Amino acid sequence: MRRARWSATVSDVARRKLKVATTSLAGCFGCHMSLLDIDERLFPLLERIEFDRSPLTDIKHCGPCDIGIIEGGICNAENVHVLREFRANCKILVAMGACAVTGGLPAQRNHLDLGLCLQEVYLTDPGVAHGMIPNDPELPLPLDKVHPLHEVVKVDYFIPGCPPSGDAIWKFLTDLIEGRTPKLGHGLIHYD
Amino acid sequence: MNARPSFLLDGDEVPFEPGQTVMQAALAAGRYIPHLCYHPEFTPHGSCKLCTARINGRLMAACTTPAETATEVASETEELNDLRRTLVQMLFAEGNHFCPSCEKSGNCVLQALGYDLGVMTAGFRHFFPDRPVDATHPEILLDFNRCILCELCVRAAREVDGKHVFSLAGRGLGKHLIVNAESGRLADTDVKVTDKAVEVCPVGVILRKRVGFATPIGARRYDKSPISAQALADAPRPLERNRE
Amino acid sequence: MASLARHGALYPGRTSSPPGRSHIVTQPDTPDELEPSVRRIISRWGHDPGALVQVLREVQEECGYLPGPALTLVARLLRIPFSRAKGVASFYSFLSDEPLGAYRVLFSDNITDRMAGSEPLLQAMCYRLWAEPGKVSADGLVSVARTSCTGMCDQGPALLVNGRAITSLTSERVERLCDLILARTPVAEWPAEFFAVHDNVRRADILLGHTQQPGDAIRAALQRGAAGWSEHAANERSWREAYVGAAQGPIATLEEIKRSNLRGRGGAGFTTGIKWEACRQATGLTRYVVCNADEGEPGTFKDRVLLTSHADLVFDGMTVAAYAIGASLGFLYLRGEYRYLLEPLEATLQRRRAANLLGNGICGQPGFDFDIRIHVGAGSYVCGEESALIESLEGKRGVPRNRPPYPVTNGYKQQPTIVNNVETLCAAALIAVRGGDWYRSLGTLKSSGTKILSVAGDVARPGLYEYPFGVTLRQVLEDCGAADTQAIQISGPSGVCVDATEFGRRIAFEDLPTAGAFTVFDASRDMFDVARNYAQFFAHESCGFCTPCRVGTSMLVASMDKIHAGNGTQHDVGEIDRLNKVLLMSAHCGLGHTACNPILDTLKRFRPAYERKLRSLDFAPAFDLDGALHRARKMTGRDDADAHLEAQP
Repeated sequence: MRRARWSATVSDVARRKLKVATTSLAGCFGCHMSLLDIDERLFPLLERIEFDRSPLTDIKHCGPCDIGIIEGGICNAENVHVLREFRANCKILVAMGACAVTGGLPAQRNHLDLGLCLQEVYLTDPGVAHGMIPNDPELPLPLDKVHPLHEVVKVDYFIPGCPPSGDAIWKFLTDLIEGRTPKLGHGLIHYD
Repeated sequence: MNARPSFLLDGDEVPFEPGQTVMQAALAAGRYIPHLCYHPEFTPHGSCKLCTARINGRLMAACTTPAETATEVASETEELNDLRRTLVQMLFAEGNHFCPSCEKSGNCVLQALGYDLGVMTAGFRHFFPDRPVDATHPEILLDFNRCILCELCVRAAREVDGKHVFSLAGRGLGKHLIVNAESGRLADTDVKVTDKAVEVCPVGVILRKRVGFATPIGARRYDKSPISAQALADAPRPLERNRE
Repeated sequence: MASLARHGALYPGRTSSPPGRSHIVTQPDTPDELEPSVRRIISRWGHDPGALVQVLREVQEECGYLPGPALTLVARLLRIPFSRAKGVASFYSFLSDEPLGAYRVLFSDNITDRMAGSEPLLQAMCYRLWAEPGKVSADGLVSVARTSCTGMCDQGPALLVNGRAITSLTSERVERLCDLILARTPVAEWPAEFFAVHDNVRRADILLGHTQQPGDAIRAALQRGAAGWSEHAANERSWREAYVGAAQGPIATLEEIKRSNLRGRGGAGFTTGIKWEACRQATGLTRYVVCNADEGEPGTFKDRVLLTSHADLVFDGMTVAAYAIGASLGFLYLRGEYRYLLEPLEATLQRRRAANLLGNGICGQPGFDFDIRIHVGAGSYVCGEESALIESLEGKRGVPRNRPPYPVTNGYKQQPTIVNNVETLCAAALIAVRGGDWYRSLGTLKSSGTKILSVAGDVARPGLYEYPFGVTLRQVLEDCGAADTQAIQISGPSGVCVDATEFGRRIAFEDLPTAGAFTVFDASRDMFDVARNYAQFFAHESCGFCTPCRVGTSMLVASMDKIHAGNGTQHDVGEIDRLNKVLLMSAHCGLGHTACNPILDTLKRFRPAYERKLRSLDFAPAFDLDGALHRARKMTGRDDADAHLEAQP
């Protein structure tokens, strides 16, 4: 039934395709896998949107977009740069998944001292010989704590879940594209 | 003719027995008012404030306000649900609630309230407090990261178990749950895995060991239906008892 | 902040430990060594679990802090769970279950102290003593920290050292304190001039200028009974009223209080006569009178003076109240900051017992039995709320109760109890002698009598000013020598902040009700800083019972800190609005409801003070991005451009 309604709206060819960018920061790409879980609905979706920067297109930088979807939290300097690039270019910014919404699994290190973590991993761990903490300027420096996106930039919408189901992402995107306030409701909204 | 006293809840008449609170009367009549620290088996104390309602125009906690005739109670309003959403967000921001790794997920009252109220994010800046877990007891795990300070375990221990296993210490944002042992270890208390206090935690603080994740995703309590449709099952239903 | 102050970072060139100072504090006593003194304290309090707060305070005075074994011992001897002792010990800010310095220095952190320069003094003391604010020095000699207003705003900056107040701090005075601490001179041997606290009464009226002798009020109340002694006792609520001739006295006294239209001086302004009558008529086994001297509202210090120089009038008022409602036991709840008044007050009580103004058959009236106990608080503002105060009296955590029922029916030990402010009871003692009509002739229509204002801040003559109700703010400003005044905080942070357009307003229940604080800010002050100081106060004093106050007050501080640091935006002002709304709608008690007042008032009247600090953007990160890379830079030794983050892209 949902499909039928969708077909009706996409037949309106006069509409410009919406530009959508996606990326994964301190995440596991699980949310992107879940995005692919919308399966064959990807085709009607592609009649309404086109992807800009995304793991699906391999475009490296985000141009002006209508919607930016970000998976993962903020754990290092590079995450901050990418997040800012998205915020600057996307009219609507969406935090997708537990890590983007709450910091998630990477934030479970927040009660540990970053210095001690680096020390243990690179210097004192029994498996390490002649260890050193990597200091190559090419590597982004980690932040002392991992943060959800909304603590660094303004975020317009949140899709919780680890990952959110394909159905939840589909419902959210169709609502948004149709100009409705996205609403997940029972069964689609979950935090785990 | 039944001349039971009653009040109006969102425009509908709700009968009550003298001595009942607004919450007790509402639940008994099959009407749901969102709540977290209220439990029908223990003395209500009104700390979570989720059940805040407009009672004759004044904002009061429904769980501690005695029911009275000629009162109008408004609960299901956008203003109040917005307040409730914010309170749930505050609780999520205060503790470390990482649902994906929590054994209680799917059966958690805080989470279920978030779902039902449509809370998509904690919104606020997370406090990320440092709260070590206590795994000293052979059968029970305490993960204080998820504690919302509802005091249900404190009340259950005192009122049902006749013990003082759990208590509160500190104040303000530093308020925290403690156990009744100088060592601070649960293993050194007289807790039993069969205690009411162990069973009653609405979130994932007090957990029985070795039984986690037994129910598959999809079959857990709040996977099946929203909390607003289920909370009534916990409440005593004097109306039905009367009918028997 | 704490980690920044590590000596290496804060004081370059200094090593990490002070030269020539060994660890001086003795190890905490073993349980066996503790036992005799703990037993002694507990037996002096009659093994009453209700006296837990007093027991813990005294054990701490002996042991320096409350180690686990001491709490276990207290719990065992009082037959209470360990967790209750721990819960209470960790609730009150003066009690500590962690080691403290042999000298515990607490700087009063009211805005008036800050305006008088308390922060540089605190930093200077920490530097000199090798201490880090909020922590015990490495050798255990000293801990230096901040505490809420200590009620010395007329002679600040002030501090407490091992519970004793020292006022009028200057750099020289702080240097001398450091000398004494470093020389390990016991506080008891410090020069008496350090502990001088002045009354600073600048304007006296009927109360501060009264000439009543101890017991006058009681005798006058008894006299009213004698006048109508042929009438029969109409009730049996209080057995003493069965005595012929004694029945009408309480009723006649109550009538005078009602006729006076006296209203509570703690700020809320509930009519005293109605409160007393409700208590008198409530069913109960016994009744209690409680004098609320937990003067915690920042900027207030009138009760300090009343208890220092007019203690007999306070006790007369309590005794008259006991007579009117039929109580045989009273409590004076003395805030912990005024601990130094305990011995003089106990001496006064002893003198009154000897003079038959307390005890059995007071002033020769058979059956008129009443005594007063002093309960010393342990650092908790919320205990000024009457039901939290009663919880504290019962030896519990000071968490406000659910109401109804109210204390007049279900108070101390669930018995009918009146809780009155110190000034209210003083006024009652005056009314007992001179009558309700006399009192009502003073002040305004709805606010009879006088009000004592605690004037502090940017004024030439800080101190107490007593006026009949109805005085304009302008008049007070003129009398205290205020110049170029920008704002006045009336009744402390929980009251209202008014600006210059409102100085024609009056101190009265019908216009500006107040518990007494009158804090003046001249045009040089940043009203944002004032509001931020008050926000910190509320977060520090929140009891943590309800979600909105426990979490909300700390979130407010985070938002105010962010604006203070220059990272605030309109988004943060919006978040402050949202938090205020949640607190107003759902907080459990007055503390939470009023916690947003300072911010709401200053946002309304002094919005430019906020907007000056705001960035022109609509959003800025919640934390210092570049600061968050500091640790990683240190660990990797990197300092290249990519090892930094700009606050804005």
